[in-house]
Amino acid sequence: MSSLLSGLTGLGGVKPGTRGRLRPVWEEEPSKAGLASKGVMMVLICLAVLFPLWVVIVTSLSSVRTITEAGGLVVIPRGVTFVAYQELLGGGQVTRAALISVCVTVVGTLFSMTVSVLCAYGLSRTGSVLHRPLLVFMLATMFFGAGLIPTYLVVQGLGLTDSYLALILPSALNVFNILVLRAFFMSTAQELIESARIDGAGDFRILWQIVMPLSRAVIAVITLFYAVGYWSAWFNASIYISDPDMLPLQNVMNQLVLKQERPTGLTQVINTGHLSLLAVQMAVMVLALIPVAFLSPFVQKHFKEGMLTGAVKG
Amino acid sequence: MSLSTDDRRAQESGTPPVKTRAAAGDRPVTKDMPLRHRLRRDRTLILMTLPAMVLLLVFAYIPLAGNVVAFQDYDPYIADNAFQAIAQSPWVGFEWFQQMVNDRLFWSALRNTLTIFLLQLTLFFPVPILLALFINSFVRPRVRAVAQAILYLPHFFSWVLVVTVFQQMFGGAGLIAQTLRENGHEGFDLMTDPGLFKFLITFEMIWKDAGWGVIVFLAALAAVSPDLYEASAMDGANRWRRMWHITLPALRPVVALLLVLQVGNALTVGFEQILLQRTAVGPGASEVLDTYVWNVGITNGGFSYAAAVGIIKGIFGLLLVLGANKVAHLMGEQGVYKK
Repeated sequence: MSSLLSGLTGLGGVKPGTRGRLRPVWEEEPSKAGLASKGVMMVLICLAVLFPLWVVIVTSLSSVRTITEAGGLVVIPRGVTFVAYQELLGGGQVTRAALISVCVTVVGTLFSMTVSVLCAYGLSRTGSVLHRPLLVFMLATMFFGAGLIPTYLVVQGLGLTDSYLALILPSALNVFNILVLRAFFMSTAQELIESARIDGAGDFRILWQIVMPLSRAVIAVITLFYAVGYWSAWFNASIYISDPDMLPLQNVMNQLVLKQERPTGLTQVINTGHLSLLAVQMAVMVLALIPVAFLSPFVQKHFKEGMLTGAVKG
Repeated sequence: MSLSTDDRRAQESGTPPVKTRAAAGDRPVTKDMPLRHRLRRDRTLILMTLPAMVLLLVFAYIPLAGNVVAFQDYDPYIADNAFQAIAQSPWVGFEWFQQMVNDRLFWSALRNTLTIFLLQLTLFFPVPILLALFINSFVRPRVRAVAQAILYLPHFFSWVLVVTVFQQMFGGAGLIAQTLRENGHEGFDLMTDPGLFKFLITFEMIWKDAGWGVIVFLAALAAVSPDLYEASAMDGANRWRRMWHITLPALRPVVALLLVLQVGNALTVGFEQILLQRTAVGPGASEVLDTYVWNVGITNGGFSYAAAVGIIKGIFGLLLVLGANKVAHLMGEQGVYKK
């Protein structure tokens, strides 16, 4: 049974007899039918997430012939071709959009993290002067949203429209993220901070050399949250950016896949030679999902801390 | 509402116990120390918070003040700059708010918003709880870790990606329609069906975020002492009794908290998601308050009226948060903030 389950879930390599030790002795031994149906159900749930992604990736790697034979989306791969990716990444609309997205994400995440970490540390030394008013000033923004229209008018009034700053500044801070960082910084051993101060370290040095190294896990999670936020954002660009050449990847994906517009700046003619429109569309989607699909599992074991600290008592 | 409670909560939830405020390390609160000296001592800390405070001031507080356009007849072309335009636009009092009462589209948007909220509450909300119980029933850590990694993944996808994935599966040219046609059936298109739209977006929400919602519940489940289960098993409770008498009560505070948050956000449902699919099904089925504000204000330039709708939404949203908290307190739960 155990081997069947691990075969189903693709999780071989569990030593025989492990189950006996994992399940407490007082617990009823589950029936084999129950175990099997549970395993099948888990596989189905995971497939509900993975199967659509599989179809998208396979189609993006398929040739025009395979796609025509399949009548559209390809489920079973027959040969791999990178034509769609070569076209998209060989300059032109999508290459530019992807570069813009990468730059906005990198610059924005660095900016957000710098400001958030500094603010979280500045507010973590309870007992410092103005600590409470500043905290209240920040927390109050969690209870009201100014609304779309006034925010739009302010961004416009500051002259940020048609500038990449409009993609970074208005959404740069997430108060919840700052609270999580702050809760972690406050849990740093006070003795370390005190002894560092006695040795003559200033606040910047304490933050950089003591507090931050001890909070690596939460910093990784919050960095991921901010980065995913910038990478996935499309709405701000849709209202603040009017120049089509300045649009990030998500907006271009919206145009090319959802609105079915023709991609521009390709060297090959679509659907006549080797290049399939569907493969191009799927390749754009793969480009958008690659960074998050590869980064998030690395940080996964820390998600819990990032989600719960300062919010829910675990 | 007392904001200091949040501070206290943050302290309590930190993994190692945090010292009380009075004893917090190198910054003791010294009553006899003159303010001038304390400012001098803590000037680096204040400096550190400054960039964040400036951002909050500019992009949270100034826009809050910018809501005055709801009481004006704002004309964006009256001046070069939005700030000057606000200064020069004429005041109209509560005219826009009166107009809202007879605005059929506003009420339709409100109705759609509340319908989608109710669908979320009944169809989306229980899914993470059930998933967490399901994952928790697997004993092997490896199975749980892999299942979690897969189920968390869609949370990190953008809405554009999620909607396109659904389009490729359930759209007119999607995989299901394609398979049906190949086998001689009629194709179908879930993405452009106004009648099913609200179910479609709830389904999308489940696909994207139900897995992510599991984290909180799994953490609550992990915090339950195994001794409780063992003792009740010794007393003859079977697995269902144990779930009913131990597991579910352990989840109660988390469920209450998330319910409060959900109800508090009742008027903010799926803005980006709906905006992306609005043209496919038409505004009649899809318009919610947020997209209505966007459509009236940004698309059609009716800034003042849109801002008025936004204010009404904001006020009722805040009342919902406070009301839901009140109910949570009455039920003996903690809610978002303490009494």
